[in-house]
Amino acid sequence: MTGASEATGDMQGVEVELSGLTRSYGAVRALDGLTLQIQPGELVALLGPSGCGKTTALRILAGLDEADAGSVTIDGREISRVPANKRDIGLVFQSYSLFPHLTVLDNVAFGLKMRGVGARERAGRAAEMLDLVGLATQSGRYADELSGGQQQRVALARALAIRPRVLLLDEPLSALDAQVRGQLRDEIRRVQLEVGTTTLFVTHDQEEALAVADRVGVMNGGRLEQLAAPAELYTRPATPFVAEFVGLHNRVPARVIDGWVRLWGQSVAALPGSVTEGTALVRPEAIRLTADPAGADTVQSVAFLGAVSRVTVALDDGSTVIAQVSGQTFEPGDRAHLSVESPGVLVVGG
Amino acid sequence: MKPLRILLWLLFAAFFLFPLYAMADFATRDLHAGGRTISAWVNLFADDALFAAIVASLLLAVLTVAAMLALLVPTMIWVRLRAPWANRLVEFLCLLPLTIPALVVVVGLRNVYLWVTYLLGESALTLTFVYVVLVLPFAYRALDAALSAIDLQTLAEAARSLGAGWTATIVAVIVPNIRAGVMSAAFISIAVVLGEYTVASLSGFQTLPVQIVEIGKSDGPTSVAASLATLIFGFVLLFVLSLVTRRRRP
Repeated sequence: MTGASEATGDMQGVEVELSGLTRSYGAVRALDGLTLQIQPGELVALLGPSGCGKTTALRILAGLDEADAGSVTIDGREISRVPANKRDIGLVFQSYSLFPHLTVLDNVAFGLKMRGVGARERAGRAAEMLDLVGLATQSGRYADELSGGQQQRVALARALAIRPRVLLLDEPLSALDAQVRGQLRDEIRRVQLEVGTTTLFVTHDQEEALAVADRVGVMNGGRLEQLAAPAELYTRPATPFVAEFVGLHNRVPARVIDGWVRLWGQSVAALPGSVTEGTALVRPEAIRLTADPAGADTVQSVAFLGAVSRVTVALDDGSTVIAQVSGQTFEPGDRAHLSVESPGVLVVGG
Repeated sequence: MKPLRILLWLLFAAFFLFPLYAMADFATRDLHAGGRTISAWVNLFADDALFAAIVASLLLAVLTVAAMLALLVPTMIWVRLRAPWANRLVEFLCLLPLTIPALVVVVGLRNVYLWVTYLLGESALTLTFVYVVLVLPFAYRALDAALSAIDLQTLAEAARSLGAGWTATIVAVIVPNIRAGVMSAAFISIAVVLGEYTVASLSGFQTLPVQIVEIGKSDGPTSVAASLATLIFGFVLLFVLSLVTRRRRP
């Protein structure tokens, strides 16, 4: 492959700021005062369920939609009134968006042609971009001769060929099968790190977001619930919604007394930031399940997930808890004892 | 191939080709001296009035297609992308000419055409305006089918994000991907224009169909030769259309 610097030319990350963005479609409020700052060269993933406003935010940043209120700033310049074709933003869509009448090479060179770049330089830069995504040998093919993963890689090369100031990825992996999705996810991250372009990645897949992003923003109802590094988001969700969306949590009513929480007969430290009374969020992997014929808890069901199993345990108070176990075998009806292994739990309001 | 199918093919061929054979036979018959002659075919070019009518009709076809495409393609794309709520309205307006008799169209347009002839003169080419309206139903259907077959919004947004203005988006991205629909709309429009008689006749313009009827009163073979030439031209257009739409790549 060609060296990154050669392929990507003078690509540099710029700062992006969305400030107080509001957008309504009739009675539906898609964005409700969204504010987000992306550092130069950073990859931020916007994560959330369908209809939470993440794609609307991306489209407003791309210039394909207009905000009712708020501003969009790139590299310190307000661009809310700049049309989409003047923003220098690369965009990869969820659906396959290659131009069917053009070859792969011509697709990648299209943006350069629109910028008046000469034919020779166009072809050279397009070839470099195809090399970057590992598709140099496919340059003469048409879109319908490529697999879905290949098409999205070409779309990525096409978006990067114009040396965009910002790269936007609108659920680029959602149409792909699981194996290809994982490969392309890693490839996107590799390329993004090589070119250093400030990137906004929109997805509803928490695993995808946590794997590729420097920071992940979880959106709900048009608002940003939490923006944090993946590890922080995973271990310290700010709200029950974030906890629910970023991964499976057991939610247990809890009260913090002197920094400790009583959970299933055991005292567990309350993590900093916990509220006095609310919901303790306990991850399945933080629960230790021990086979115990005299135990008070009963295994209700077992889901085999490969390396680990998810075990649903019925407690004697009638509630259920999900535990993640590895190296142990449980059958429905087994008696067991559960305890919390985590150094602490977060208690959030609500 | 089964015998029954062969028989059906032969019957269909006879049904459609026999009238054409009869026309060719009549158009090459010397009605005065007997035998064969190509004088009727020579008249297509030698008869000044007929030749002028052929030229006028061909020019009308070209102008109508150009105006129709310039009007309809951007409008339909714009409506689909920016004003989908107006889609039904545009469809209704485009299909409306089918429901209005040509006679009513002519009477209705008389006042408008007083201004048209005042501004542009008494040329048969001014029929372009009426013909654009008359071909709208056929052209709309062809373009509508082609636009429905592509992901218009994604293609347009991809082109825009890559730096293409609206004109470049339409010309360089959308039109190449609806080429079959554009060709269909164009060829169907040409066929409509070359066969339109009522409006041209009632408006007093000498187009090819009007001339064919006129000549038919005094010179049957030439009239039939012109009709057959028009039909063959139409067949060639349809053949080219089928070739073009079958081709996979530009």
